[in-house]
Amino acid sequence: MPDKISFKLNDKPVELAVDGGRTLLWVLRSDLALTGTKFGCGEGFCGCCTILLNGRAARSCQLQVKDVAGKEVTTIEGLAKNGRLHPLQQAFMDHDGMQCGFCTPGMIMTGVNLLRLNPKPTEEQIVSGMEKNFCRCGAHVRIVAAIQQAAKEMKGA
Amino acid sequence: MKANDYLIHNFRDLGSVEDIFASNRRDFLKRVGGGIVIFMAISDALLGQEGAPVRNRQRGPSDFNAFLRIGEDGKVTVFSSKIEMGQGIITSLPQMVAEELDVPLASVTITMGDTDEVPWDAGTWGSMSTRGFGPPLRAASAEAKGVLISLAADKLKVPAENLVVKDGVISEKGNDKNQVTYGELAKGQKIERHLDTKPAVKKPADFKVSGQSHTRRDGEAKVTGTAHYAADIRVPGMLYAKILRPPMHGAKMKSVDTTAAKAVPGAQVYQDGDFIAVLHEFPDVADDALAKIKADWDKPEAKFDDKTVFDHFQQLGADDRTIKSGGDLDAGKGQAKKNFEATYLNSYVAHSPMETHAALCQIEGDKATLWVSTQNPFGARQRVAEAIGFPEDKVRIITPYVGGGFGGKTDNQQAIEAARLAKAIGKPVQVMWSREEEFFYDTFRPAAIVKINSGVDDAGKMAFWDYDVFFAGDRGAAQFYSVPNHRTASRGGGYGSAREVHPFATGSWRAPGNNTNTFARESHIEAMAAGAGIDPVQFRLDNLQDERMIRVLKAAAEKFGWTPAKGPSKRGYGVACGVDAGTYVAGIAEATVDADGNVQMKRVVIAQDMGVVINPEGAAIQLEGCVAMGLGYALTEEVHFKGGEILDTNYDSYELPRFSWMPKMDYVFVKHDELAPQGGGEPAIILMGALVANAVFDATGARVYQLPMTPERVKAAMAKI
Repeated sequence: MPDKISFKLNDKPVELAVDGGRTLLWVLRSDLALTGTKFGCGEGFCGCCTILLNGRAARSCQLQVKDVAGKEVTTIEGLAKNGRLHPLQQAFMDHDGMQCGFCTPGMIMTGVNLLRLNPKPTEEQIVSGMEKNFCRCGAHVRIVAAIQQAAKEMKGA
Repeated sequence: MKANDYLIHNFRDLGSVEDIFASNRRDFLKRVGGGIVIFMAISDALLGQEGAPVRNRQRGPSDFNAFLRIGEDGKVTVFSSKIEMGQGIITSLPQMVAEELDVPLASVTITMGDTDEVPWDAGTWGSMSTRGFGPPLRAASAEAKGVLISLAADKLKVPAENLVVKDGVISEKGNDKNQVTYGELAKGQKIERHLDTKPAVKKPADFKVSGQSHTRRDGEAKVTGTAHYAADIRVPGMLYAKILRPPMHGAKMKSVDTTAAKAVPGAQVYQDGDFIAVLHEFPDVADDALAKIKADWDKPEAKFDDKTVFDHFQQLGADDRTIKSGGDLDAGKGQAKKNFEATYLNSYVAHSPMETHAALCQIEGDKATLWVSTQNPFGARQRVAEAIGFPEDKVRIITPYVGGGFGGKTDNQQAIEAARLAKAIGKPVQVMWSREEEFFYDTFRPAAIVKINSGVDDAGKMAFWDYDVFFAGDRGAAQFYSVPNHRTASRGGGYGSAREVHPFATGSWRAPGNNTNTFARESHIEAMAAGAGIDPVQFRLDNLQDERMIRVLKAAAEKFGWTPAKGPSKRGYGVACGVDAGTYVAGIAEATVDADGNVQMKRVVIAQDMGVVINPEGAAIQLEGCVAMGLGYALTEEVHFKGGEILDTNYDSYELPRFSWMPKMDYVFVKHDELAPQGGGEPAIILMGALVANAVFDATGARVYQLPMTPERVKAAMAKI
């Protein structure tokens, strides 16, 4: 029997009639057609599926949809506000912090979480905060630079 | 370069080739509408050089591989079968066009990898897009500009030599009120030009758009999640398929029970022999239902595994194919005062792009449309057409953004699976492989052996060089040092060898063969330098006559701030040189090694001569990517297997490079503007094995002969000192 599950998705309320045991990643990608959140490994190793749950980074391949009932989910599609990119999105563009771009949504969501927890991270803190997100193309050094730029720009924001 | 070198037509052996050419052009012209269209051909001698499966090379019903259109709105569009998988040609190819046409970069768009919209080309690999496609694309743009100028001369009633072009506007010198735009000139035109003479292209010194750094044009789509990859495409009524896989390569199905899967609400089970799939409107439900299928398999005996594969290779005794030789090896051995003999090994390595293979197939009437994550859309079209019995022109492959390829997305098995299922079920079907399937069906970089015997004389010169590479292939095997007596042989071919060699598929992996060959050669060179008591940079310079290599090595040493010392100097410095895809590359690295054998790279400097650099930023990004990805095969990446059973199923056991591994990176592009652009996506990665091995040696005195240099192997090597 499907469960009724309500939560806030990218600032808008949603109500789903869905088996609460289903994986959040696939509910986002198929039921809700929000395909910005990517499948990379399915076991929580790579970080491609990272979203924000009540503002904290979480791996949507490791969450069941019932876990987010009553909570706020933000995906990469919901990061820009009022047509303005999040400073970290802009910084990724400015620094070419991507190649194939497949890890990028997860990188950005993880980076947003990192800056929330630590608005003035050192380079080492950025590296350790991003350590569990994989990029196969090798954009690592540019991703670090992008997070540094965003940290500067978001100061006092 | 003569016009004929420029436009090599490779398909003369096809029967009615001229008719096919003509009908193809007509087709494309009809589709692209009015304006000025320039057709161009990419030299297939370059295209087919490496990476191209033969089945793709033989067919090419076209004498043009791409075309360029100046539309009636003044917009410029390039139509190419190349695909964007991160390498950045979505930016650098339009840059070349904007440069030659004198239009703003923003007015140039590129249509990529859609087989109904673009003409045939073999695929995107081998660092060929810029070096193979660049010259005809620049020439076509220059040709288009020539056409526009002659139209303008008529219209403005000014001789062509008195016209100037800026930002897509042609005006009379000294009277810029007398002007006309490209769009106005293209209006009402139906001009078709075939590029058969070589128009003059700009000199690099005159570049305004090329040679300048531009950030990625796909950046915004990629940071907002709106960039679509194959598995992001949604069409009404589509189902997701999960396919039953054997437990190991070579296993045969004995029996299967799909009852429980069929009982899952909404699940549909399709079976055709041992091809069994579960389809559902949600992929995770399909996956859960698939897990309910019970199958018994006959498993072949595992004859060797990742540890015994090298003994297996030795027993195969492959034929030798000498690729380079000269002088007299015996005489060289007589002259040598010190001999060096060593065997170098490397393991199987996965491509492991973050995006697993994905495809969606929708069949409407007699036409199949597929969205595929592929490096060769036309290869996919051919294989899909064969698999479902459609004519090729009734199969359309659309290539959205590709989430990494590295040589691993050329087989298109997932497209065939989606097409078979869509045809059988009568609904659109998407297949996206799990990470486990991605490891299982990957076409791994082959494990390989290199044996080298060499010697130096009293003066520190190489006296002889005797080199055999087994199963890696010969790319990068031919050494470039000036050694009088030498022999280099490749045994057993490269990737794609027969089943008795490897228990699973192997394929081209970023700079195929060259990572293996450069690891072995440059490790050995450094060992010779140390044995001769000579600084490793100096030893190389003493044994080099190739000016390009000397220049890049000196540039790397200068950037690094090299001070000579014989190895091992305890500084943790390693040097390596190589040639790949027409580019010369030299690197110097610094590493630390702890008592447990953990290696941390501190710094990597790369100097590269890649001819004219079109997008310095793009080239730097590729170079950084090579360093980062190369650390994986150097330090951790190794496919574990037992016969046809792939033991790595995810990233818990197969470790990709991480943020904390990244060294400080510096690079120098050695100016070489007289040379056309060469490859940029692969060269630097070939150095990484030797750079790490040589830095470890310099730090510890221990030489590691096997890739990857895991802490266990480094520790074992240190224990032998």
